[in-house]
Amino acid sequence: MKTKNNWKAWLYLLPAIAFLAVFMVYPLIDVCVYALEENYSFAQGEATGIGLANFRYVLSDPYFVQAVKNTFLIVIITVPVSTGVSLLISLGLSSIKKLQNAFQTIYFLPYVTNTLAVGLVFMILFRKTDYTEGLVNLLLGKLGLGGVDFIEGPYWAKMFVMCFYTVWVVMPFKILIMTSALASVNPDYYKAAKVDGASSFRIFRKITLPMISSTVFYLIITGFIGAFKAYSDEVALFGTNLNAAGMNTIVGYVYDMLYGSSGGYPSYAAAAALILFAIVFTITYINLTVSKKTVQYV
Amino acid sequence: MNVQKKSSRLGLGLIYFFLVIWALIVLFPFYWMILTSVKSFAAYNSEYIPRFWTPNPTLENYVSAFTTVPLGRYFLNTLIFTVATTGLMMLVIVPAAFAFARLEFRGKNAVFAFFLSLMMIPTELVIITNYVTIVNWNMRNTYWGLILPSVTSIFYIYLLKENFESIPDELYKAAKVDGTSDLKYLLRVMIPIAQPTIVTIVILKVIECWNSYVWPRLITYDQNYFLVSNGIQQIRESGFGRENTPAMMAAVVVISVPLIALFLVFRKKIMAGVSRGGTKG
Amino acid sequence: MRVLLENLTKRFASRTEKGRDVIAVNNFCFEIPDGQLVGLLGPSGCGKSTTLNLISGLETPSEGRILFGDQDVTRLPPEERGVGLVFQNYALYPHLTVEENIIFPLQNLKGKQKMTKEAMHEKALEAARLVQIDPLMERKPKELSGGQQQRVAIARALVKIPNVLLLDEPLSNLDARLRLQTREELRRIQRDTGVTTIFVTHDQEEAMSISDLIIVMKDGVVNQIGKPQEVYDDPVNLFVAQFLGTPAINVLEGELRGGRLFIGEEAVLDMPGKADGPVWVGIRPEGFLLDENGPFTCALDRVEVMGRDVSVVCTHGKMTGRNIRAIIPSEDRNSIRGETVRFRLKPAKVHVFDRESEARR
Repeated sequence: MKTKNNWKAWLYLLPAIAFLAVFMVYPLIDVCVYALEENYSFAQGEATGIGLANFRYVLSDPYFVQAVKNTFLIVIITVPVSTGVSLLISLGLSSIKKLQNAFQTIYFLPYVTNTLAVGLVFMILFRKTDYTEGLVNLLLGKLGLGGVDFIEGPYWAKMFVMCFYTVWVVMPFKILIMTSALASVNPDYYKAAKVDGASSFRIFRKITLPMISSTVFYLIITGFIGAFKAYSDEVALFGTNLNAAGMNTIVGYVYDMLYGSSGGYPSYAAAAALILFAIVFTITYINLTVSKKTVQYV
Repeated sequence: MNVQKKSSRLGLGLIYFFLVIWALIVLFPFYWMILTSVKSFAAYNSEYIPRFWTPNPTLENYVSAFTTVPLGRYFLNTLIFTVATTGLMMLVIVPAAFAFARLEFRGKNAVFAFFLSLMMIPTELVIITNYVTIVNWNMRNTYWGLILPSVTSIFYIYLLKENFESIPDELYKAAKVDGTSDLKYLLRVMIPIAQPTIVTIVILKVIECWNSYVWPRLITYDQNYFLVSNGIQQIRESGFGRENTPAMMAAVVVISVPLIALFLVFRKKIMAGVSRGGTKG
Repeated sequence: MRVLLENLTKRFASRTEKGRDVIAVNNFCFEIPDGQLVGLLGPSGCGKSTTLNLISGLETPSEGRILFGDQDVTRLPPEERGVGLVFQNYALYPHLTVEENIIFPLQNLKGKQKMTKEAMHEKALEAARLVQIDPLMERKPKELSGGQQQRVAIARALVKIPNVLLLDEPLSNLDARLRLQTREELRRIQRDTGVTTIFVTHDQEEAMSISDLIIVMKDGVVNQIGKPQEVYDDPVNLFVAQFLGTPAINVLEGELRGGRLFIGEEAVLDMPGKADGPVWVGIRPEGFLLDENGPFTCALDRVEVMGRDVSVVCTHGKMTGRNIRAIIPSEDRNSIRGETVRFRLKPAKVHVFDRESEARR
């Protein structure tokens, strides 16, 4: 029977293999070729040589440097903030009974919304134009602080709204995962600890945190990966010309090189994408190493 | 005892306070977009200080959202794209998951390991060549160009394979003894049993399709093939004249409603599905 | 339908050692006459289930032939053999109702055998009536008790009127009370249909109580085939003797000398005509008779009350197990006094086995 199944099994796999070959495996090889082909562009066609010139170009491109800086800032700010806040919120959620469901539903809403669309709302809330101060500036004014245009104003303000929006977008997933991890901790542990007279903070430190540590690390790792790929949230807030806004990210740089106002250079795009992959790979590797040492598997 | 009770009640109050704050942060943008969408253009522009309420709600912005820009067209495109991509993807991943879970063939483990290793590859890396491929196939501004690169998902194959494998061996043997073919077994036994997982995958894919922005932006420059995300970006940059914010918000509401409605109907399924397999951000 | 297995052998590639084979079923030969209920009995891992899979066609033998009647079915796929198979965990399709489960095999019929919807419904109802679950046709499997699921599984296996009905550990997932009841039920269904039935079990009591014929297996090899009582009374080797009967047979070291059986220094039984030499002595628990002058002496440990009978637990220097159990009628209990008990042994309940080969002597 085993041999009889053989060719049929491949038939079942055929569509998946075909699609993966064309849109995954071949591009993977091809991207490396692009990255090494010097002076290739859609307009010109022919490459003049093979080498690392594309990487050198990308690394010395001020737009790319700016994009790397932006991306790293977004990662460094949003990952810890979103993980920490979602942990707090999940702890709060798991310690209440009334309205728990309602809160969970509300908190999940951003997950099912089009980030481009809601980004527009954030832009309107934060921006300051000739016609209006914008809601956020109005509130800042009430607190006695001066108004600032978060969308086209100074860098720190743009970065702030950027990170704020990113956190807003990634929170639902993190809260959901964290809450279900907390719910899966056997309540007997808490009972036992209470009987032993442990304080709530001690219970959290010594029981809850170790029990959900693998989840926390999972969220940190996926959070890093996700934040490094930030792009469409930026477009939502600052428009497609991110270079002009000074808010480009590495992924944004890749797309711009491919097909943006300055586009048509797949080799530069490929080099930038490979650099991004190397960064993400390294960070994930470090994360996994750290988590292996820290996470306690129960 | 009394003191303890008091402090725990105070603690509970604080917890509720912070939970409500976050709920407001989440909900407020939604409120604001709905509110703004029903303010008339004139009323909105006259508010130097934005107001939290409008005395004269109007639907005129919704009318202009559909008439000034082809919002209906974007909607239809997104619908076609979502349905076709999700449907095709199911046709690709279900047989693949079945082969991995149930059939015996030489090289199965090697192929599966290869699939898993591809799971680590980010889209950003392969999108460059895919873009070139689609351009070379003359598929820019076509539905096929939008759909084809996203009809396989190794992750969903993996998820479904796990689910298929949890169906006891005996059912397969029982079906074999009764002379059921593999395909019939897949259709009549496995798919119905794995239905919850399949529904989850469909929902997650629909959400993904509805929100996809990057690939459609690369592949389409003809408005007739824009999806809602590209449409909204288009509206933002040039749609209603840059400052017709209420109309813009009406469009945003219209685009957000389908998924939110889907969510409210399938709330439990979606949340369970996402916590099992979804990733975003 | 008569079932004949000829030199059936099944080898699997070993998982732990590369290049070596594990022989699950070794050179099987036996014949099952038409219309019999046969128990395939053996400890777990002895190849019972593999044998069943070979008969059903889910696995193909490495060597040998399988015949149903006069037809060689060795290379036929399961669906062409006309077998019904009931699994240990029933393998009901969870998303289908009882009726849909029973009809399922009929829907696979092709060509001439194809049936109309009404005919299928009729057949399913018939099968359901046979196992007495016809009032539950609209339920889903998870709404049924274990015993009811079991019946549905049997109905599904019977609905095509198979040549052979195969049951893999049919009773092991039921609780003790239900097991007794279902056992009877199985016997009845088999009598009513007259289908040749083979069931696998590791429970000797189950096999003995309902089978026409039992087959005792060990390590892929058939040890003995026969009517239950015959196998019990006349085991071919120590394994079969130990495997059948509860409480288990008592095994002691003994010796044959000059036509008499010695346990230690006591000559417990006359056994004329048997060659001298060391042996294993097997004594069934019911083979002991209290006798103050009996030849077999053991140290009394305790007496366990079992109702009708009592179980006398003793120890003896030559025993191989932890103790020796003798079952005696409870009214004899009062004659047990002191620290030792003396028994006379019933010759028919004492078997001697070769010390080396463990074969019956």
